[in-house]
Amino acid sequence: MAIAIDEAVPGPVTDDAPSTRRRGGGARRVIEVVLLVVLAVAMLFPVLWMLETSIKENRDVYAVPAKFFNFDFTLDHFKDVFVGADGGRSDLSVSFLNSVIVAGASTVLATVLGVPAAWAYSRFTLKAKKDQLFFILSTRFMPPVVVVIPIFLMYRELGLIDSKLGLILIYAAFNVPFTIWMMKGFVDEVPSEYEDAAMLDGYTRLQAFWKFTLPLLVPGIAATAVFALIFSWNEFVFAIFLTSSQEVRTAPPAIAGLIGGTTVDWGLVAASAVVFAIPVLVFAFLVRKHLVAGVTLGAVRR
Amino acid sequence: MGTVAAHGLRKSFGEVEALKGVDLDVPDGSFFVVLGPSGAGKTTTLRAIAGLEKLDAGSVHLDGRDATHDTPAARDLAMVFQSYALYPRRTAYENIASPLRARRASSGEIAAAVEQVSELLHIERLLERRPAQMSGGEQQRVALARALVRRPRAFLMDEPLTNLDLKLRVEMRTELTRIHRSLGGTFVYVTNDQVEALSMADQVAVLREGQVQQVGTPTEVYERPANQWVAGFVGSPRISLLACQVRGDQLVGDRGWTLPRPRWSTARDGQPLMLGLRAEDLSVEKRGDASLAGELYGLEPLGDRTVVDVKVGTEMLKVKARPAVTGSPGERLSVAVDLDRAHLFDASTGLTLSEVGR
Repeated sequence: MAIAIDEAVPGPVTDDAPSTRRRGGGARRVIEVVLLVVLAVAMLFPVLWMLETSIKENRDVYAVPAKFFNFDFTLDHFKDVFVGADGGRSDLSVSFLNSVIVAGASTVLATVLGVPAAWAYSRFTLKAKKDQLFFILSTRFMPPVVVVIPIFLMYRELGLIDSKLGLILIYAAFNVPFTIWMMKGFVDEVPSEYEDAAMLDGYTRLQAFWKFTLPLLVPGIAATAVFALIFSWNEFVFAIFLTSSQEVRTAPPAIAGLIGGTTVDWGLVAASAVVFAIPVLVFAFLVRKHLVAGVTLGAVRR
Repeated sequence: MGTVAAHGLRKSFGEVEALKGVDLDVPDGSFFVVLGPSGAGKTTTLRAIAGLEKLDAGSVHLDGRDATHDTPAARDLAMVFQSYALYPRRTAYENIASPLRARRASSGEIAAAVEQVSELLHIERLLERRPAQMSGGEQQRVALARALVRRPRAFLMDEPLTNLDLKLRVEMRTELTRIHRSLGGTFVYVTNDQVEALSMADQVAVLREGQVQQVGTPTEVYERPANQWVAGFVGSPRISLLACQVRGDQLVGDRGWTLPRPRWSTARDGQPLMLGLRAEDLSVEKRGDASLAGELYGLEPLGDRTVVDVKVGTEMLKVKARPAVTGSPGERLSVAVDLDRAHLFDASTGLTLSEVGR
């Protein structure tokens, strides 16, 4: 999301300020730069600190005063993220794998259910369509903490507690409304005449959707799926309430679990946080154009 | 090939009643034009025939068989959309081949059919292009080819020429007539352009506010309009309409002019009427038994003819004249009226009174 906003919002005017503003332009610029630097430091310092901590020797991590530059470099923390003390797979690596499975499967499920639903909401006249759409969106208003207890009780009855399937289902349930809303905008952009023409060509309505409209929706689906993926990947509240065992836990509660007890291995915490952040960054970077298109809507040339 | 019959078509969009019981009978092999202003329900009628619009009431029969609940594919029709609706990611060839692919034709059949239709429409060199790489006129031809590649029961055309520039539109009119003659087949053609309707149609149905006003040949619709509205809509320059009534042997205008009562008129004395006079039935050059005095208001030279605007009292007459006609505004002149070709309408119902006596 951050990338999308960076690219969608024009940057501050600097070089070509009109001449009427030239007087006092110097002072204005200085203030601008100072404010931006302060903001950048405040935003980026935690990230830089995390990166540094992940590659510092343990004794440098705890050094007072803190060592910013002249610390001893090591990749041991990253090794520890993936390799256990006994030389086998670490608990954290299992959690990362779980995160990949849960986030991936829930995103696929939400897309498979949400895209056809969005198409139907866009193309057909339905009774109380606006109310239905509002109801669908309203399920997103509720913060997870509010519903997690009843869901916990339901899951206990159904035997979904502490299972990957349980997490996949709940994430999909949260992502389907989002997918419907986002995709409806994209479907609205594709003229329905393509489907009309296809039906007169001799295709059924579903074939017309599948062969003619769906290919035009791919950029929108990519953008929507990335948003859904990032939500599932980052989700913490459901994960910590609905799972308990090491084999099922996803990365966010697993990383949080490293903090606590008598000693905290901050190097390991930082390294696992870096590993956790990388897929999201890479993914957002790869589809950044689609993200901007998704935010500004209008991915399909008419 | 195919007859198309629509009976009692009704369709509302929310509060708006788009079709209020439309009846159409399209004979096999005819070029049938549905003419009306925008918002008359022409496109909705066509979409209902195609099966793209669910009807509130009414039925559609194709080749005499009830097709009201058939899917668009099962109706075996082809349609040209106003927006062309060419598939953007596909080449012209693939666009044209689509109806055949949908019906599982072999690739040999497809290649032969596409080649034949692209020759007919002179688009052989466009086949490898995508819609975005074609001009509007080229897209239009490809859209036409996609419809003509098959031999369906009927071809439906939704204002196919509206988005073309004037020169192309005139060319395509001739072209479409030629294609209809060479292919045969039933054409249902929707337009708001009366020139298209009059020049191409075997039969015209004039539609207004979801109701059919008149069905007939172009000549019938032009020469014997069923009501005042049709008379005003069909014909260019527009028919001149003057409020009047019959008094004995005279037709007395509400603005004070008088004309002899047309021999064929059956209007009652004092009944409020509208007199309709077409520009070609009026003359500022000839002398006649019946004439109206007025003053020259303006000249519209159109090359092959000049339209003279004449002010009679506060009402305006459009008079067709030779291109050489001259005059200056304010000049007094007399307009000869051919009363045998005039139209009288009941001012309250708008219905024609001309049919009875002639």
